[in-house]
Amino acid sequence: MSILVNQQTRVICQGFTGKQGTFHSEQAIAYGTNFVGGVTPGKGGQSHLDRPVFDTVHDAVQQTAATASMIYVPAPFAADAILEAADAGIEVIACITEGIPVLDMLNVKAVLASDYPDVRLIGPNCPGLITPGECKIGIMPGAIHLAGRIGIVSRSGTLTYEAVAQTTAVGLGQSTCVGIGGDPIHGMDFIDCLALFADDPQTEAVIMVGEIGGAAEEEAAHFIKEQFNKPVVAYIAGATAPTGKRMGHAGAVIAGGRGSAEDKFRALKAAGVHIVRDPTTMGRTMAELLASKNA
Amino acid sequence: MNLHEYQAKALLAGFHVPVATGLVINHPAQAADDQLPPSDSQRWVLKAQIHSGARGKAGGVLLADSPDDVRAKAAELLGKTLVTHQTGPTGLPVHQLLIEPASSISQELYLAMTIDRQLQRVVVIASRYGGMDIEQVSAEHPDAIFRLYINPTVGLMGYQARRLGFALGLSDSALKQFPALLRGVYDAFIKNDADLIEINPLAVTADNTLLAVDAKIAIDGNAAYRQKALFATRDVTQEDPTEVAAQASGLNYISLTGEIACMVNGAGLAMATMDLIQSAGGSPANFLDVGGGTSTEKVAAAFKLILANPRVKAILVNIFGGIVRCDLIANGIIAAAHEVGLTLPTVVRLEGTNAAEGRRLLAESGLNLIAENDLAAAAARVVALSHTESVNGADA
Repeated sequence: MSILVNQQTRVICQGFTGKQGTFHSEQAIAYGTNFVGGVTPGKGGQSHLDRPVFDTVHDAVQQTAATASMIYVPAPFAADAILEAADAGIEVIACITEGIPVLDMLNVKAVLASDYPDVRLIGPNCPGLITPGECKIGIMPGAIHLAGRIGIVSRSGTLTYEAVAQTTAVGLGQSTCVGIGGDPIHGMDFIDCLALFADDPQTEAVIMVGEIGGAAEEEAAHFIKEQFNKPVVAYIAGATAPTGKRMGHAGAVIAGGRGSAEDKFRALKAAGVHIVRDPTTMGRTMAELLASKNA
Repeated sequence: MNLHEYQAKALLAGFHVPVATGLVINHPAQAADDQLPPSDSQRWVLKAQIHSGARGKAGGVLLADSPDDVRAKAAELLGKTLVTHQTGPTGLPVHQLLIEPASSISQELYLAMTIDRQLQRVVVIASRYGGMDIEQVSAEHPDAIFRLYINPTVGLMGYQARRLGFALGLSDSALKQFPALLRGVYDAFIKNDADLIEINPLAVTADNTLLAVDAKIAIDGNAAYRQKALFATRDVTQEDPTEVAAQASGLNYISLTGEIACMVNGAGLAMATMDLIQSAGGSPANFLDVGGGTSTEKVAAAFKLILANPRVKAILVNIFGGIVRCDLIANGIIAAAHEVGLTLPTVVRLEGTNAAEGRRLLAESGLNLIAENDLAAAAARVVALSHTESVNGADA
């Protein structure tokens, strides 16, 4: 088991023949992902990376029975691409694209909520998701992963890789890793992922990587306290970040006296989460935690 | 991107939000008698146009009681640097003034529109307590803040605007005027990809009409491609010059006050690196995300930005080489270090594909590059080196 994607997941790429789409589709295929084709309007009927190209996502779904899509189209067209995928019946949409205007995402989320409530959107501005050894949808380096016991959910790309490399180094491995993205308005949140990890027998524990800005970590803390029974290790980036500055991610800003790392650490600790203030100790802390639990 | 008050008001006026007729000047002589906006009271307000609130307390808002006084006060304000609690110690330069007739105000309200991240809606925030920080109102009178959320499918509804008008205690002409004003603010927000529109105070004047006395607008940077006209008005003199230069090179840089510079790929990892420097007893000089590609050109541009800061004593480069191989990154760092003549002690932590090969290349480069594979050790090392350097500096 795992969450969201596995070996059976039939994956397409939107923005397939572009530079990014081509590169990361190649990587996904090399990783062993069940990659069935791609979409570039106007290039339907061609073949790319030995896979069929379609004009529309609807065509792709009809002919390949794809259920997941990774989106690499440029920001001005990304909102359109997300809704096209949803309308065509894609179940898991990972939007890697960075720089989408926030009002576009506001509208996308409203339409998804009303018309496509079952669609799982990951991102935008995220590394994507991976079930090690089975399915890689995104820009993460496949080689650092190891199929295993830990679920990872993170707002940051490279910090996800840190958590992955550390859990691989201590031999725990990962069930599924989800990069939920650094934008203020995005798809799946910590709570959505935690709810899936709760029901996944392969996932024994979860590493959560948050950062300053918003209140998603505080909401996750509440959820964990009320109804999540697996061990959670959490790190929050940005303890030294100044107020009012956007730290790279559009969503990473302490504003109106809210969103500081301290607030988030405090809420998570109060919920029984094992917080780490040194991001190099996520894997080790988890290994010790599971060893003491099983002792 | 932030707009100046005068730009924000011009934008709002285009959506029928009532603002005073103002004059923008960058030299006192431009405030000639026949250019000044008419004022029945013969009193004018001069407001420094800087990207900061709390200008009044910093001396950035002055009252004048004659055209001569306007020019005298303008000469006093123009060219000044204002330090407010929002600008940081360096302050911001005053290049432009907005001159408006003084209005007689009977009540000050607060009105703002922004994005609520949790509810994923545009939210209107309003209060009868205007003219002060909304954070202060929120702390002292939490019940006096009204919020309404707008469903993007239908936009702002009339009933919402009417309810808010009543809740704010408006009456007669001001109450009648309010729904159209709120509609104008909402349309301005949506059509211009705003992150924030704040009117504080929204005044009720002596003749019971509404007037936006101050206005602040921030535009979503991701929308620059479709808000070209607005972004063409960007005033970079109000921004940190290093941050502006970084953007031009496709880098994400934020100036901080410490002594250890860092260069990292990924925003989250960059923040984590700053945090580690601090917990190792150092202080970060900057946030710097070089992004995914990390080409020699980008790394060289990043080194140049870092070295332009005279406080920097040591550098920590932290790259998680995922898709890009670490040996290629190492070669990029070495080439960039040669190009910029790097002499400051630089600790490089490389992790990921071909990391060992990357570290070997750094070690054999003959440069002052110290390779570490453990991030915590790298942070401790760079902090120790920054202390050594300051001792050397004191000896010299």
